Amino acid sequence: MSDGTAAAPTHAVRRRSATRRRLRRVDAKVSPYLYVAPFFILFGVFGIFPLLYTAWVSLTDRNLLASDSNFIGLDNYTALMHDEYFWHAVVNTLGIWVLSTIPQLVLALVIAHVLNRSLHVRTFFRMGILLPQVTSLVAVALIFTQLFGYRYGLVNYVLNQVGIENVNWEAGRLSSWFALSTMVTWRWVGYNALLYLAAMQSIPDELYEASAVDGARTWRQFIHVTVPMLRPTIIFTVIISTIGGLQLFTEPFLFQPVQSGSTGGSARQYQTVAMYLYEKAFGGTQFDFGYAAAIAWCLFLFIAFISFINYLLVRRIRSADV
Amino acid sequence: MRSKQTGKRWRPRVVAVALVVTALAAAGFAATTASGKPQAEETTLTISLFGDFGYHDLYKQYEAAHPGVTIKESIQDFAVHHSNLAKSVATGAGAADVEAIEVGFIAQFKAQPDRFVNLRQYGAGALKTRWLSWKWAQGLGRKGEIVGLGTDVGSLAICYRRDLFQKAGLPSKRADVSKLWPTWQAFVDAGKKFQAKAPKGVTFFDSGSNVYNAIIGQATPAYYDVSGKVIVATNPKVKAAWDLTMQGIAAGESAGFAAFSNDWNTGYKKGSFATVTCPAWMMGYIQGQAPATKGKWDIAATPGTGGNWGGSYLAVPKQTKNAAMAADLVKFLTSPASEAFVFKQTGNLPSQPKLLKSNAVAGFKNPFFNNAPVGQIFANSALRLRPQIIGPQQGAIQTASSNAIQRVEQKKQSPAKSWAQFLKDVKALQ
Repeated sequence: MSDGTAAAPTHAVRRRSATRRRLRRVDAKVSPYLYVAPFFILFGVFGIFPLLYTAWVSLTDRNLLASDSNFIGLDNYTALMHDEYFWHAVVNTLGIWVLSTIPQLVLALVIAHVLNRSLHVRTFFRMGILLPQVTSLVAVALIFTQLFGYRYGLVNYVLNQVGIENVNWEAGRLSSWFALSTMVTWRWVGYNALLYLAAMQSIPDELYEASAVDGARTWRQFIHVTVPMLRPTIIFTVIISTIGGLQLFTEPFLFQPVQSGSTGGSARQYQTVAMYLYEKAFGGTQFDFGYAAAIAWCLFLFIAFISFINYLLVRRIRSADV
Repeated sequence: MRSKQTGKRWRPRVVAVALVVTALAAAGFAATTASGKPQAEETTLTISLFGDFGYHDLYKQYEAAHPGVTIKESIQDFAVHHSNLAKSVATGAGAADVEAIEVGFIAQFKAQPDRFVNLRQYGAGALKTRWLSWKWAQGLGRKGEIVGLGTDVGSLAICYRRDLFQKAGLPSKRADVSKLWPTWQAFVDAGKKFQAKAPKGVTFFDSGSNVYNAIIGQATPAYYDVSGKVIVATNPKVKAAWDLTMQGIAAGESAGFAAFSNDWNTGYKKGSFATVTCPAWMMGYIQGQAPATKGKWDIAATPGTGGNWGGSYLAVPKQTKNAAMAADLVKFLTSPASEAFVFKQTGNLPSQPKLLKSNAVAGFKNPFFNNAPVGQIFANSALRLRPQIIGPQQGAIQTASSNAIQRVEQKKQSPAKSWAQFLKDVKALQ
């Protein structure tokens, strides 16, 4: 600012503007960090700290009912590696995940493709497929459990009409995985379909026109134009589904009959790793926190590993830049 | 270049905003703490249950007699309730002022008597003679601390469908039916006779684990010996109960339902099973599940020496801020008048011999069950029961046994293999 006087700036004024300049430089450098600090502080307290504390607890024999806890090193992990129920739960988790994720994402892709065209009442369908997402998870699990009842469930009733005998969904291993997968698919297919749809709508029409000129029909357009252009979105949905699917807990937990504790059925046929963790930590009367913490960390490493594998696999979709 | 005026103007603004924010936060904080502090004699007592104990009118009575006191009840699922209680007790926060504890979990909680208010301090010791001796003893800690006062007892009888018995050629009158099965072996044999002429799709009993638990309930000792050691593997009575249950399953007498599952509930409506081991509280359950079967049911005595399934205690966690009032509420809810009242409302059997022998209970008939003298039948069963030592892992052992029996009913394992796995699982619990 200039007030018109031709007087030279006094010594005091020069000092004050120097300070202000320094402050402004500090401000420019530090403020961004201060603006994001609240998030990271909260994340540190509620995310990082529990993660590290759980790792610490997994190295002890901490039990909720006992007042002392001793450091026992990697004993929990060694016991875990030899625990056949843990590996049984890992197999269950992977099986349910494969059954629920792969058909679900393929179906989501197809639905998105269909919704991408001009349909009548397009918005209604687009909103409709998202509805399962907003329903209460517990309510869904309870209703699907009724549907898959052995003697009196609706699914078996329909199967009987076409001549198939009652299937004991809850008792069998594959049948329980199938029932749980329908719950997960029903819930998430709409969400993933909309993600794909949003990405599809940003694919420029020229690509489709060019491929039509080259003689490509709908199917080849889908494989050679749509899917490569969707690669980033597909990677995203695969990783998110992996992380969520391998942690599956609520649906199998509510699928159980009341008296089986949290064992995932009488022979642990659908006990996921998260359920096994719950059984060890809170189920029954054991409250073995050290062991459960070890399970939690193994689950974390397991999910990270599988996500990485999935990422490598999906990356092999021919890139759109080729 | 910013003028000195604008340069300094933001500072008072920032200070003003910071003051307002702090004031709002402090006001909010003060508001919550203020609402928590009772004014004058206003107290809120929280009571946490795992089902409807029939206490609603009793709360009103208590509130009327104690102005300024409000009682807030919360009901949670059975397993969740006890799991939460364990967590609250261990972490020292989150428990209600009064907590219900079922008999399957009382052993686990009374093993930590220091986490609960010793009701002896509030005069509960003088009330000892009110209760059945085995019920009283189960609520005591090792040094005699009164951890919980008994509410109801399950007792045990056999609820059966008269019409299905008639169709299968079995006697259907109460007295005749009780004579059919003086022992559990006779019960299984009656089942074989039933299955020979049963209507299609109907089995003798609903679930192997229900029969097994009834047999185990009469065993002394069962899972624990006097020193507190788990004796499942070596106790011949446990194996005998298992073998008898397997016999019944092999003869096709079991519908294979899991108790409290959807199919089990529907089974009541559709008449899929002819008998079910019936504690007193099951009467209310059947009435709720299958109101259309009114009058078709009847009740006979169990084989053997009475029984018990369920029953609860009311305890006051140490972390409560209203120990005296909570203890008073517990004494009120478990008083003879209250327990008699609850019996009339819900069929939950009082745990006090005087009440069991009183006219109010003994003369009580239930029209839903063909006017059976339910008061008398259940009272007899409770009075005959011999005390059984229960230990901390009681619930977990029962879960393991239920799973083992289900595996056989679902044809996943042979009885021998399932028994072996059951023993392995029990060993892993210790």
